[in-house]
Amino acid sequence: MIDVIDLTKRYGSLTVLDHITETIHEGERIAIIGPSGSGKSTFLRCLNCMEDPTSGSIIFEGTDLADMKVNINIHRRHMGMVFQQFNLFHNKTVLDNITLAPLLIALRASRRQRFTAFWKRLLGKPTPDVKTHAQLKAEKEAQAHTLLRRIGLEEKASVYPSTLSGGQKQRVAIARAMAMNPKVMLFDEPTSALDPEMVGEVLELIRQLADDGMTMVIVTHEMGFAREVASRVFFMAGGVIMEQGTPEEIFDHPKCDRLQDFLSKVI
Amino acid sequence: MDGFARFIKKWDAFLHTLIDDGGYNWVLEGLRNTLLIAVVGLILGILIGTVIAMVEVMPKYKRLPRVLNKVCHAYVAFFRGTPIVVQLLVGYFVLRPMLGLNLSALGSCMLIFGMNSGAYVSEIMRGGINSVDPGQLEAGRAVGLGYWTAMLKIVVPQAVKNILPTIGNEFIALVKDTSIVSFVGATDLYVAFKYIGTNNYEFMVPYLVMALIYIVLVLLITLGIRLMERSLNKSDRRH
Repeated sequence: MIDVIDLTKRYGSLTVLDHITETIHEGERIAIIGPSGSGKSTFLRCLNCMEDPTSGSIIFEGTDLADMKVNINIHRRHMGMVFQQFNLFHNKTVLDNITLAPLLIALRASRRQRFTAFWKRLLGKPTPDVKTHAQLKAEKEAQAHTLLRRIGLEEKASVYPSTLSGGQKQRVAIARAMAMNPKVMLFDEPTSALDPEMVGEVLELIRQLADDGMTMVIVTHEMGFAREVASRVFFMAGGVIMEQGTPEEIFDHPKCDRLQDFLSKVI
Repeated sequence: MDGFARFIKKWDAFLHTLIDDGGYNWVLEGLRNTLLIAVVGLILGILIGTVIAMVEVMPKYKRLPRVLNKVCHAYVAFFRGTPIVVQLLVGYFVLRPMLGLNLSALGSCMLIFGMNSGAYVSEIMRGGINSVDPGQLEAGRAVGLGYWTAMLKIVVPQAVKNILPTIGNEFIALVKDTSIVSFVGATDLYVAFKYIGTNNYEFMVPYLVMALIYIVLVLLITLGIRLMERSLNKSDRRH
């Protein structure tokens, strides 16, 4: 699904990612662990080109996202992203946070359809029905309400994010990403900014997504969670994937010294 | 006591000119023009300023943003580097005939005030945009919105909320700066009261009343901005 080929990222003379080649298959749940500064987040952010790779390519469903000529916006719609700091839109209500992007994109598409329908009608050809603004809005809002029900925050639909707790914010952020019907979800330390008592609810939601078969890549410091949910674990250090394997291989039988050292510190 | 009696006499003469001789028509026209120039100027200024600010904060990997950035810098340098009176005179007496524009004095004033205020608003707006957490833009891009869409729908509304007090300041400055439009023959509040004074060569009361009107205008604007701030702050309130 995502082929990372020879990915390198440099900031000036600092090499953050050093020639990484890796393939992420559909249905996989990848956990990325490693010490801070090892390039975990940068690797994740390169997958949807939030950081442009210095060299190498990211092949997502046959398209090289690292190519500057590619319209990255279209491909990002298929890759949900969840941030450490939630990044909910402060000026939008919870419901608008979720519907904003799907609605804008649908409206733009319907405007294009209406434009072609207009010319077809002029030429006397049959025209398909184009949904109106109100129909699209109702449709996307219904979808958002379904998502909100799923994350258990339906009664918060009309409030602003500043009134939510950290855990609620992160759940809404996940719902916002899910509203695009992504093919893969990227989680950038989704629980690192949360109070300990709120970590559980967010992890539980991610676990549900995993059970539904969502392909996901999670950068995390929650070793227990990584072990339980991941189908494959990457251990990153110094800008490379030093070791990878099933959770059992990584946590129970670590091979390289760096990983053994890391695990002895965090567990 | 003598001075006070003299003032009352002048006050009566002023009222006579204002009401019986139809002076209020001038005042109303002047007031309308003053507000018109300030409001249209501010709206134009916000539009121009927002565009300039967005160009300035754009990522500059490509050639086009760099060129646009240079253009915007030149624009801001020109409009901040020359007095607004000079811009008004050059615009009205040099550029307007040269370009063959069919603009009234009032229209030229609105345009010049808008362009001038655009240069100042751009810097305010840039500060506002920079004050918004970069994560907001990132989140917008991550759900597949383009740079401009994400800026306009998410970042700029938050920036505007942050800079509203400063924009209010800009509006107040504009209202007061309109008192120079008589340079190109437009009628504003100052011109109206000058007419009234010229009627019997008595300027004391007219200019005093003029000053009071300016103060009341500014106080009203300040109040308006307060109310707007409060309604925009609803996303911060916990309820």
